[in-house]
Amino acid sequence: MNSWTNSTQTVADGIRRRVLEHVLKNDGGYMSQACSSAEIFAMLYARVLRLGPSGGPLEPRDFLGVPGPGVPFFSGADYNGPKAPEYDRFLFSPAHYALVLYAALIEVGRLAENGLDRFNEDGSTVEMIGAEHSPGVETTTGSLGQALSQAGGIAIARKRRGDIGSVWVMMSDGEFQEGQTWEAIESLARLELDNVRVIIDANGQQCDGVLDVVNNAASLATRIAAFGASSVEVDGHDLGALDEAMTRDTGLPHFVVAKTNPVAGLPLFAERAPALHYLRFTSNEERGRYEAAYQEMVS
Amino acid sequence: MEIVVRPHVQNFIDWSRDKPEVVVLTGDLTNSCEVGLWADTYPDRFFSMKMAEQNMMGFAAGMAREGFQPWIHTFAVFIYRRPYDQLAMSIAYPNLPVRFVGFLPGLMTPGGVTHQAIEDISIMRATPNMTILETGDATEVESVLDVAHAVDGPVYIRMLRGEVPRLFPADEPMRLDQVRILSEGNDVTVFTAGITTEEAMRATAPLTARGVEITHVHVSTHKPFNDPLILESIKRAKHGVVTLENHTIIGGLGSAVAEVMAENGVGIRLVRLGLRDTYAHGASRQFLMKEYGLDALALVRCIEQLLGRSTGIEAADLESIRIEAVHSLAKAEAL
Repeated sequence: MNSWTNSTQTVADGIRRRVLEHVLKNDGGYMSQACSSAEIFAMLYARVLRLGPSGGPLEPRDFLGVPGPGVPFFSGADYNGPKAPEYDRFLFSPAHYALVLYAALIEVGRLAENGLDRFNEDGSTVEMIGAEHSPGVETTTGSLGQALSQAGGIAIARKRRGDIGSVWVMMSDGEFQEGQTWEAIESLARLELDNVRVIIDANGQQCDGVLDVVNNAASLATRIAAFGASSVEVDGHDLGALDEAMTRDTGLPHFVVAKTNPVAGLPLFAERAPALHYLRFTSNEERGRYEAAYQEMVS
Repeated sequence: MEIVVRPHVQNFIDWSRDKPEVVVLTGDLTNSCEVGLWADTYPDRFFSMKMAEQNMMGFAAGMAREGFQPWIHTFAVFIYRRPYDQLAMSIAYPNLPVRFVGFLPGLMTPGGVTHQAIEDISIMRATPNMTILETGDATEVESVLDVAHAVDGPVYIRMLRGEVPRLFPADEPMRLDQVRILSEGNDVTVFTAGITTEEAMRATAPLTARGVEITHVHVSTHKPFNDPLILESIKRAKHGVVTLENHTIIGGLGSAVAEVMAENGVGIRLVRLGLRDTYAHGASRQFLMKEYGLDALALVRCIEQLLGRSTGIEAADLESIRIEAVHSLAKAEAL
């Protein structure tokens, strides 16, 4: 492994470790999302995204209020650096991955080491399902499938201004069940918005269990291409493959379908399948085995 | 009465000329919403988003975040029904300056239930950050643009098209959260908005001639609803207050007036005329207004009940009705 893959894998490992630590501490959490997308977030924040220095405070802000006319509002987007022509923008679509996003921000030094201490704490912006006051969050997308269209609007504006930066969107495969996602892909292709780039965590998991693998995950790249965008399917834990796929210039809105394993890096979690959406321990014995896995990660 | 044919068409073009940040998005109803010529005039600022309203909301949100002022033009129903989640989460929550120009409010179309926006005001009133405007004549169609443009946040507009009467002087524009007092009197206070204002005006002259004193209040801002003249006009009514709305009586103008009365402890009667918790069907505007009791004669009968006496007014005594032909050349289609 060369130096960038080493450092990026360290970030990915750190994301898994921090999320598991949080799950152990709080007796529950979105663990499978971290297992499947750790390399994706590591690639985004440590390798692919062109971001300026964070403008957000290392210690996460207190909740100050929702957006409204004439009221002060702080956007969590400032953790992704300034909006400037040369920089990328990052829209985070499946807000249920908030814990993973915060862990990634900590790993790359945009959020304090103890930032997760305020996760889901009353009065904190480090919310369980983030909104646009949460660190690293530009659009409020807890209602799934809404970020891609907004990325299209931002991409139109950026093209008109002549910005060279891209608009990156991180999505989950479940969001391709929403009709709006397909409306958006069709529009992105028709409007030739090749400055939109999408990375999809295709972990085959959703709240009710396993996605229908035959109808959904397996054909996702094909269906995206049929709508006029470019798509490529890669192993979502292979940093080299992700790098090639994510940086490929196709002249079209570009979608990387990252096939991932929802228990990657935490194989004992597989015994919970298919109920992987949320991890809560059922016994002290089970908790002990996850403690042991955590100790192995930190040793 | 002066009838202005398609006042929005050229006015919106002229108004947009020095505002490069204004863009228009449509959902396959461009000519039906009177922006076909706008699209030809400013092709770089026009986005046909096809029949995909949820996606259109998101694109508008993204453009608004980048400094554009998106003006979505489509039928009112297609703004708040199908894409409500997108409207609320992508646009209203972040308080983005997107303007929703909604055509065919209420019972204005023979297109029937799928095309009749009868609960839009209720839903938009319940949506935080949303400002709600309604045009009642050509002057308001022209001046609503400046009112909406000055709002820091999303604005929903009930818009008129085709042959539009000019009820108010062209030099008396719509103003945010300011009602118009069209007649004054202490017997009954009548609140109207949009096309019900023209309808009520057919009744107020014969009522006045028979000694019934009416304060007629025209509303063009449903939210905010704070003009002090609203409460003052309510308080002067000896026999009661009537609201007449092209909308369901639940959550719209009648409810807004009821809230003002209750919150201020005004202990007089209120009668809400409008759709009584029902959907409607496809027929002409005049037919539907009569059928559902929101025409001038329904208003007269309601006022008689409040007064406890007959005025002797019959249909023939009302100001003549204005009928816009279904196949008017002022419209893109018969809808």
